[in-house]
Amino acid sequence: MTYSFPILSFIVFTPLLGMIVVMLLNRERVTAIRWMSAVFAFITMIFTLIVLKDYDSSTASMQFMESFNWIPSINASYLLGVDGISVPMLLLTSLLSLVAIVISFNITNRVKEYFAFFLLLECGMLGVFVALDFFLFYVFWEVMLVPMYFLIGIWGGPRREYAAIKFFLYTLFGSIFMLVAILVMYFTSDPHTLSMIELIKTAPTFSRGVQIFAFAFFFIAFAIKVPVWPFHTWLPDAHVEAPTAISIILAGVLLKMGTYGMLRVSWAMLPQGLHYFAVPIAILGLIGIIYGALVSMAQKDLKKLVAYSSVSHMGYCMVALAAYGSVTAIAGCMFQLVSHGLITGAMFLLVGVLYDRAHTREIAAFGGLANKLPVFTGIFTLFGMASLGLPGMSGFISEFMVFVGSFKAYPIIVGLAVLGVVLTAAYILRMIQKIFLGEFDIAKWGGLTEINLREILCVSPLAILTIFIGVYPKPLADLMRATLENLVVLMAR
Amino acid sequence: MLDKAFIIPFLPLAAFIAIVFFTNRREKLSAGLAIGAVAVAWVMSIVCLIEMLGYHGEGAFQLEQAFDIVTFQNFRLELGVLLDPLTALMLIVVTTVSLMVHIYSLGYMHGDIRFSRFFAYLALFTFAMLGLVLANNFFLIFIFWELVGLTSYLLIGFWYEKKSAADAGKKAFITTKIGDLGFTVGILMMGMFLGTFNYIEVFDKIAAGQLSGGVLTTMAILIFCGAVGKSAQVPLHVWLPDAMEGPTPVSALIHAATMVAAGVFLVARSMTIFMASPDGAMVVAVIGMVTSIFAASIALVQNDIKRILAYSTLSQLGYMIMALGLGGYTAGMFHLMTHAFFKALLFLGAGSVIHAVHTNDIQEMGGLSRKMKITTVTFIIASLSISGIFPLSGFWSKDEIIATASHQPIFLIVSLLVAFMTAFYMFRLCFLTFSGTPRNQHAYDHAHESPRSMTWPLMFLAVLSVVAGWVGIPWLSHGFSSFVYHGEPHHVKPEIILMVASTVVALLGIGLAYLMYYRGAISPQAMGARFKPLYTLLYHKYYVDEFYDAVIIKPVFAATRFLWKFDAKVIDGFVNLNASSTLRLADIKNWFDIHIVDGIVNGLGLITGAASSALRLIQTGRLAHYLLAVLFGLIMMGLLSSSNLLNWILWQIGLQ
Repeated sequence: MTYSFPILSFIVFTPLLGMIVVMLLNRERVTAIRWMSAVFAFITMIFTLIVLKDYDSSTASMQFMESFNWIPSINASYLLGVDGISVPMLLLTSLLSLVAIVISFNITNRVKEYFAFFLLLECGMLGVFVALDFFLFYVFWEVMLVPMYFLIGIWGGPRREYAAIKFFLYTLFGSIFMLVAILVMYFTSDPHTLSMIELIKTAPTFSRGVQIFAFAFFFIAFAIKVPVWPFHTWLPDAHVEAPTAISIILAGVLLKMGTYGMLRVSWAMLPQGLHYFAVPIAILGLIGIIYGALVSMAQKDLKKLVAYSSVSHMGYCMVALAAYGSVTAIAGCMFQLVSHGLITGAMFLLVGVLYDRAHTREIAAFGGLANKLPVFTGIFTLFGMASLGLPGMSGFISEFMVFVGSFKAYPIIVGLAVLGVVLTAAYILRMIQKIFLGEFDIAKWGGLTEINLREILCVSPLAILTIFIGVYPKPLADLMRATLENLVVLMAR
Repeated sequence: MLDKAFIIPFLPLAAFIAIVFFTNRREKLSAGLAIGAVAVAWVMSIVCLIEMLGYHGEGAFQLEQAFDIVTFQNFRLELGVLLDPLTALMLIVVTTVSLMVHIYSLGYMHGDIRFSRFFAYLALFTFAMLGLVLANNFFLIFIFWELVGLTSYLLIGFWYEKKSAADAGKKAFITTKIGDLGFTVGILMMGMFLGTFNYIEVFDKIAAGQLSGGVLTTMAILIFCGAVGKSAQVPLHVWLPDAMEGPTPVSALIHAATMVAAGVFLVARSMTIFMASPDGAMVVAVIGMVTSIFAASIALVQNDIKRILAYSTLSQLGYMIMALGLGGYTAGMFHLMTHAFFKALLFLGAGSVIHAVHTNDIQEMGGLSRKMKITTVTFIIASLSISGIFPLSGFWSKDEIIATASHQPIFLIVSLLVAFMTAFYMFRLCFLTFSGTPRNQHAYDHAHESPRSMTWPLMFLAVLSVVAGWVGIPWLSHGFSSFVYHGEPHHVKPEIILMVASTVVALLGIGLAYLMYYRGAISPQAMGARFKPLYTLLYHKYYVDEFYDAVIIKPVFAATRFLWKFDAKVIDGFVNLNASSTLRLADIKNWFDIHIVDGIVNGLGLITGAASSALRLIQTGRLAHYLLAVLFGLIMMGLLSSSNLLNWILWQIGLQ
């Protein structure tokens, strides 16, 4: 599809423009900086909505393509485009970025740098989801790391430096594997190319050994981001130390990049590698589901509990991705990405709301808050229920599709994975009970204030979408159908 | 009206939304909205039933309306309703009890700080329960199945300041969820082997023999797991007695009449599956039988009025499940209906008593009949009905179950034994509560009859407890069995001998209770002492909770703590070990750099310095010496170039 207007470039670079504008503002004008950031994030979101409106979901081909020859000597081009798996990710990213910016209005330390870094981060994230050239993809992938490092390292909690360095080095470690795999792809292809579109066509003809090797290297890079057990330990540290907005972005967007990368790159390009590793991947997913849930149950820190729940929830994606023969499973994985982004994003937001007031996240410190904070309790419970996969919310639809889709390929693994649902219910209900139910300690928490309007405004789009997708998943399914059906054909090669 | 039936669940849902977002602060209006919505739903359900009774076509009435919400290749999820006699019956049961409970709650919950919210939750529950009975496919019933579980959780823990209430809510949710695991996998199998979740399609395919043997039996048993959780059958029964922590109207609506009957409904709905799998049906029958006697025996010795009723509910649900397992579709559903009315009445009556004396312990009661006439009379009517006394509704439905069980001796004996126990524990309860002298004078003095909003529902349900069973009198030509049936309508033959036997058994039970607790002719204490081990075992409910705590809950928590340590120490330890060993490696490199690499550089410097000092010796500054050296060099070069010497040297060092 040709589009007269380079809308994808506008999506990616509007935040960058926002960053420049924010940097030009006087650092004393805090309000202006906040609102300017929000406006740029909002404009970006409008652009992504335009893409959604004009996206033709009847075809699997790339749309809104932009291309020009960038570095001819290595055949690297500036190649952008979207299909049914990147459009939902774009929307999720732009929405969560806006929410995260607005929830960050209470940041008072080095405001200008904070929002500048944040907008740079948004640029990098959006870039990853539209880049169709490996060189560009890699650049965006790495661009995200730098602002993320500073956002955790400067605005984070007490152990922020450890967490920031751990996140940075761990991800960089993965990136090296990706770089090697990209070079393998480049030098094996004939003529040498970095275009993903070309490689999706030609890479399956590579020898089985090359495919397995490249697949394994890509997998390590992406698995760290997901995170797949046992590459997950950077996540709780990064989450706990990161400021609220960054936790939202980490859970809502960064984790999705790993899965997105798998689908876009290794799953589509290296079917032989996929077939070779599918069973181990399903097992890793299962371990993640059960292990993440059990470890969540042992947590005393609320934020860490939510962080480990992500390990468990992303495990469903891995089981689904291992069942590459089923459109339903892959669709379930995509639904889970969107749903987990919304739900866990909202959970981190709410944990932040509580932390801002109570200055502690220790679960045992609370009790009976339902009496003092009825609205907050209601919203928190809603997302708690969404997280444990209550029907009527997006998490249920995605888990159900994952189960139905993967059951044929892995009946035993799925049969065991269902156990995760009960464990999830157990730790979520325990958490809700300990924080909100029981006796209220008025001397200790009498001063807590109810969730404010700005925070409600931030969380409500997430709540509405969670319920909407849960009740009527058809629009999202239709958006992705053609792409996913094509993808399953590609993966079966 | 039948094609508009899908509107019915949305009425209470609208009330829920309105209360939560708009009228939360206006208690009267909130209650009015909820009651109004349920009342309209009740009227619509009655109209539906009447219209369906007027249908005289081929076979049973059936109407399906549905639309898709997701489709992927062979995967399809749909929202839709299926109306047939089973649904119509359940609509009546749910809306009737729900309406009575809503009205009753006006009085019972009066003055509660979360009055509006209570009605919101009740309305939400009613929505979910109506959705459950109207669903046209297994995916959708599962959705509502979980939603009723949520509302049950919220309502059990309604007084969440009490730890026991919050604990009970959590326990209920998680225990039923364990049953739902099986249900989920059963549904997954259905999707895999039959490619559809739609009731009609699934049943057609199974009736056509598309699935058989072990796979079918496994699927049937897995689906039944869901019913075991929801209907609190052994071994997942432990949550229901604890659920009595909820407000009593909730116990009546959710934990006696409707939600816990959802398991029975599920089995009835899936009757085709169980009939195609005799092994699956036998599992159902045995679980139901075990539960019925297991729970009835516990009820014999308990002292908490609501817990006695809870165990009674377990036992009666077991009865229904047993009947369904034995193929008694009509009998099971018939008893579900009559039980819903008299058990709701019993709970509401118990609530009325608790409201008056502020205790649940029947040993603290006594003589209340003098203070609470309406409560006493209606409670005794319900007790007679559940005991199966002619001609109350319980008599007819219980009799059909016993008739179903009569083909196999063991089932017959157990069902008669359960009938005896039921009559006994119900009248033990009645005598201890209403007759004799007050054992707690203080409580007795403050006791009073409940307000009219509470007594009217009691009276209404008392009427139903008497007459509802009359629709199933075996001598009727167009009775219950020609409306709600599976396969072909079958006419129940009136079994006079069984009727007499069950009546005798019930009267024996009542008589024994009369002797022990009214006349005092047999001392309960002496009986308890005489059968001490048995009494203790029953009193502690067979120690099932203690067993689960030791075998499941403690190990799971131990596992969570172990894995958390494992994660921090081993997995993350490995990551940190890599980091720290990288740092140590860097230290070693640093040392190497300083001492070796730099040492070489510095050493070279030293050598150069020394060499130059040495070479300085030949820098004599005399021209003659230099010229001599140049001459020597020229001679050497001449020699080298003129011979093969250079080639030889180059060859030796491998350059040529």
